[in-house]
Amino acid sequence: MPAYSIEIILNRQLADCLSMPAFLTDTAGNLIFYNEAAEKLLGTRFEDTGEMKVETWSTIFKQQDDEGNLLPPESLPLVRTLRDQYPHHKTFWIVSMLGKAEKISVTAFPIIGRAGNFLGAVAIFWEAKEGS
Amino acid sequence: MLRGVRGSIPSTNPNMSYYGGNTSCSVVTEGDCILVLDGGSGMQQFNLLDGTDIRRVDILLTHLHLDHIQGLGFFNPFFNPDNDIHIWGPISTTNSLHSRLSRYLSPPLFPVLLRDLPCKLTLHEIENSSFTIGPFIIDSRYVIHPGPTVGYRISNDKSSFAYIPDHEPALGANGLIENKKWISGFDLAENVDLLLHDAQYSTQQYEYKRGWGHSSMDDALKFASLANADRLLLAHHDPSHTDTILNTMLSELKSKNNYTLKYEMAAEGMTIDLP
Repeated sequence: MPAYSIEIILNRQLADCLSMPAFLTDTAGNLIFYNEAAEKLLGTRFEDTGEMKVETWSTIFKQQDDEGNLLPPESLPLVRTLRDQYPHHKTFWIVSMLGKAEKISVTAFPIIGRAGNFLGAVAIFWEAKEGS
Repeated sequence: MLRGVRGSIPSTNPNMSYYGGNTSCSVVTEGDCILVLDGGSGMQQFNLLDGTDIRRVDILLTHLHLDHIQGLGFFNPFFNPDNDIHIWGPISTTNSLHSRLSRYLSPPLFPVLLRDLPCKLTLHEIENSSFTIGPFIIDSRYVIHPGPTVGYRISNDKSSFAYIPDHEPALGANGLIENKKWISGFDLAENVDLLLHDAQYSTQQYEYKRGWGHSSMDDALKFASLANADRLLLAHHDPSHTDTILNTMLSELKSKNNYTLKYEMAAEGMTIDLP
C-alpha cells in the first residue's frame, strides 16, 4: 500500500502532540489513527488495534441525546463531515461498551489537500461544559 | 552529475571547496535527454548543450525557495531562441507557477522578465503526479517541507534515482514513524538504486531546528534504510559546515551506525553512472 499523503501524515503527527482526544479517518471513515487521549475514551491502544474499519470502531460507542434517545449516525459530526466535506460540531452523550456515559462536544473537519482533494477527516472530542 | 549540494545560501569559503558551495542543482542524462533537478546556483555551470544539436532541457524544481531557483537567471539555454525549455514545479493553491517564478525573475530582483526569455518556455504545474520525459518515468510526491514542495523519483528501464533535497520526514513529537505508510516521501525512495536526501544537520543541531523543513543525518540514514535504498548521498549541507566539519560528522555517523546501505556525503562535481 502506498504511503499516506503528507496532509494525513502531518495530521497524525499533530494529533500525537495534543492532549485532547483526536481521531483521524480516511475518506471512508476507517479509523487510521487515534492519539493517547482518544485511547482513554476507546479503552484500547492504537499500538494494539492498529487501524480499525468503520464498522468496527463505530460500534464502540452509543450516541445519545439528553433524553437518552439514540442518535442516528447521519446526525453525528464526523459522519456529516465525511459526507459533505464540511466542518460540523455537536454536543451529545456517548455511552461506552462498559456502560460509562460522558457528555461530550465533537468537532469534525475535513482534510482537503493542496491539490483540493478530499483526503480524510479529523474528529476532536471535548468534555462538554456545564449547561451545553 | 551533482552541480550544487549546499543548502540555504551559496558559500565561497575556501574551506568548503571539496564539497562545494553552490546550492541545489543536479543533472540527469540519458542519450539526448537532459533533466536538470532544481535551479540553485550550481545551475550556472550548465554547459551540456554546447557543441551539440540538443535543444530541449527539462528543469524539475522541487520547490521555489531561493536556494533552488537562484540559478535560473544565469541558465544560458534560456537565452537561445532555438531552445525548448520546460520547467516543472509544484502547484500552489493560490498563485500559478509562472506568477511565483516571476517574483524572482522580474525587477527589482532580476532585470530580465520570465516572459522576455528568448527560448521557447513551457511551464508544467505538478502535484502527486506521474509523467514521462524521454526515457524517464518521473513520479513527484509532496513531501514535508515548508510551502509546496515535491520530491522526485526518476526511473528508466534499468535503474531508479530519488531526489529529495529538502525534506523533514521526522517532523513530529516522536520523530520518524517506522511504518512505511506513515513516512513522507517513502514511495519515492523505496528500493531506489540511488537516493539524494536532505541531511543538513547533526542530531544535536536538529533539536534546535525542528520544523525548519530539514533532516538530521541520522534521520536521513534511517529514512534511506527503511526505504531500502541501495545508496544514499547526504546533501543540502549547512552553509556553516566546512569540509572538515562534514568529514568529522561523516566519521561520527559511521562510527555509531551499522546500516548496511552505502552512504556518503554528496560533493559538487560528483558524477555517478547508474546501470
